[in-house]
This record gives sequence, C-alpha cells and structure tokens, in this order.
Amino acid sequence: MNPMKVLLRNPRRELEVSGHRRVNSLLDELALNRESHLVIRNGTLVPGDADIADDDTVEIRPVISGGS
Amino acid sequence: MVASGSKCRVCRGPAIIDLPRHNANFCAEHFLELCRRQVTKAIEHFAMFEPGDRILVAVSGGKDSLAVWDLLIDLGYQADGLYIGLGIGDYSEASAVYAREFATARGLRLVEVSLREEYGYDIPTASRATRRVPSSSCGLSKRHLIDKAAIDGGYDVVVTGHNLDDEAAVLFGNKLRWEIEYLARQLPVLPARDGFPRKVKPLVRLTERETAAWCVVRGIDYLVEECPMAAGNKHLAYKAALNAIEADSPGSKASFYLNFIERMAPLLAAERAVGVESVGTCRECGAPTTGEVCAFCRLVEKAGAHERVPVELVVGRWGKR
Ligand code: SF4
Ligand SMILES: [Zn+2]
Ligand SMILES: [Zn+2]
Repeated sequence: MNPMKVLLRNPRRELEVSGHRRVNSLLDELALNRESHLVIRNGTLVPGDADIADDDTVEIRPVISGGS
Repeated sequence: MVASGSKCRVCRGPAIIDLPRHNANFCAEHFLELCRRQVTKAIEHFAMFEPGDRILVAVSGGKDSLAVWDLLIDLGYQADGLYIGLGIGDYSEASAVYAREFATARGLRLVEVSLREEYGYDIPTASRATRRVPSSSCGLSKRHLIDKAAIDGGYDVVVTGHNLDDEAAVLFGNKLRWEIEYLARQLPVLPARDGFPRKVKPLVRLTERETAAWCVVRGIDYLVEECPMAAGNKHLAYKAALNAIEADSPGSKASFYLNFIERMAPLLAAERAVGVESVGTCRECGAPTTGEVCAFCRLVEKAGAHERVPVELVVGRWGKR
C-alpha cells in the first residue's frame, strides 16, 4: 500500500500521510478550519466523518475568496 | 473499503457533505436541492428579479460567479455573463479561460471587456499610479464597467456572486467601525437610480463552502487559486475571525448577517434616505457622477499615462497592512 496523497492549494503542495483516519481528523491535524475547506477523496466530495486511508488521493480545497 | 459514514437527511443515502449550520448531511442530489431552495428564497424574498428579466452576471472565473450563473440558468432564468480582463498577470489569464469554457460548454453568451486593450491600463499599474491598494482601483473599475455594460446592453439587473461569507465579512468590518452610512446600504438589492443599474446578490443565503461544493458536485471547473493581490487584506482576516466563531457555534455567520438584514436594516431606513445626492453626468463618458469628471475617467487618465507595472512588482507590497 502507498501512503495517502494529500493535495493542498494556495500555494499548491503535496503531502504524504500514512494510516487510516476520518476527514475531520486530518483537517484538525493540519490545523485547517472545516468551514473554509472542502475535502475531495478520489474525485468525490466527502463529509467530515468519511474514512480516508492509504492509497487514497485527497484534495483539500480552500473555499475562501479574498476580493471584493 | 468505504465505512458507513453519514447519511443524507432527506433520503438516507450516503452523504457527500456535512453542513453543521443545518445540523445535517446531504447526498449530492439533496445538497443541490438545498442550494436551489436557498437561492430561490433569496430571489423571491428580496424580489430580486422575475422570470423574463434580462440578467447580466458579473463573472470572474471563480466559484461564486460561476455558481450563481449556473444556478440562475438551472432555475430557468435567462442570463448573460460579463467578464472584465483586469490584467493581473497569470491570474487574469487563467480566470478568463475558466469563464469562457463555462460559457462555451453551455452555449451561454459572455461579454468581455479588457482594461488594457480598451482603456490602456491594468490593475497592477493602476495600483502603482494611484499609490493605493490594488483592490481600490480594481473595485472602482469593475463597478464602472459593470454599470456601463448593463446600461448599454439594456439589462434589467446585474447579478454578482457575493455569498454569505462575503456579506458577513463586510458587515463585520462596517460594524467594527460603526460605519452607519455603509451599514444602512448593505442590502442584497441595490435599486436602480440615475443611470445606475439594479444590482442583486442571489447567493447571500449560501456560504462559500456551499458555493464551492455546488461547483464540485456540478462538475464546474473554476479558478481555485486566489488573486495574488488579495493576500493580507482585511476582508480575509474578518472571514477567518467569523469562521473561527462558526466552528464553535455553527450558524453564527448566517444569523449575524441574515438577522442584520431582517432586524437592523429596517431601523436604518432613515439613514438610507439621506445622502441620495442628485447627480450630474461625467464630461468624458456620460456616466453619473457628482463631480465634473467621474472617478473612473480620472483613473483612466492617471493609470493610462503611467508606464506598465508587472504584477510581480505590486504583489506583497500591501500585504502587511
Ligand atoms: S482581490 Fe482585489 S485586486 Fe484582486 S480581483 Fe479582487 S478586488 Fe481585484
Ligand atoms: Zn439524499
Ligand atoms: Zn467618466
């Protein structure tokens, strides 16, 4: 099994995370607010209590826009 | 291996999103239903427009403007898009591609205006020439060109993609300073007057997380990267503060903003009546203005005369304020 790939944006960067956990735990570990991010697992949106594990590709997409 | 996970409040099918402020989870189909309902509620409650009205959507290529355009078409309204090329380096180039691809794929009409080609400046240059934050000349340019496109094109109403978080953040800033005049005018509908078109914000009942999720579920590609000139602005700091509260107490943002509109805005009606000065027209462009030449034409003159400034030289300069 390969570690989970976690893609972060703004700026774009990639992390590798091993082991199974819930989406919300991953956000907490990365100190990211749930209200300002969406989590997309293998191309599909998932809720905070979804499980993510090795071999998954997870995008954590910020949703906050800054302009006027 | 997919563990059971949460279920949709409506159909008990697998959920794709949790919405703490509704204390519920939703599947894709019922999440979209909820968004349609919230937008319909905003449109009807504030009498924003009616079927058959000609709508112009200000489109940036980001999630909110594409979501609102998509929602309006989905709800059966007729709406064209307006894209303004701001000349903010790669950010503007990429955002234009998203706007065009969205329109082309759906057979929608996208009107385009380029600041550099048509007015001889761009936002980085304007920021340098005026020595002000980029967003100040950017906002001025966008407002003027949106108004002009709406009036010239004979549209009944202009739609912008401002969402609940945007409005709550502006409200927060105005309240921190008790800007009564701004507070009095912070409504989801700005009526038409003296050469200004009617402007409305159908997404005020949806959070940014919800408008982004609408795009993901609907398969809309949008520019996720932020405008490089936004970094460090107060708007973002206010949003972060509100989201910290929201995380502890879901629903706070919605009640902060929506209760302001329901309970406080009516008390400020007297304040709104004041200060509707009679306006003349700009000597250069004919737009409504209180001076002889409007602020936009003054900006065109100043920024157009300045040598071109690349975006890299302006980014970060205002970040620490
Ligand atoms: S962040 Fe400021 S400069 Fe960038 S597009 Fe928005 S208003 Fe314009
Ligand atoms: Zn459902
Ligand atoms: Zn003018």
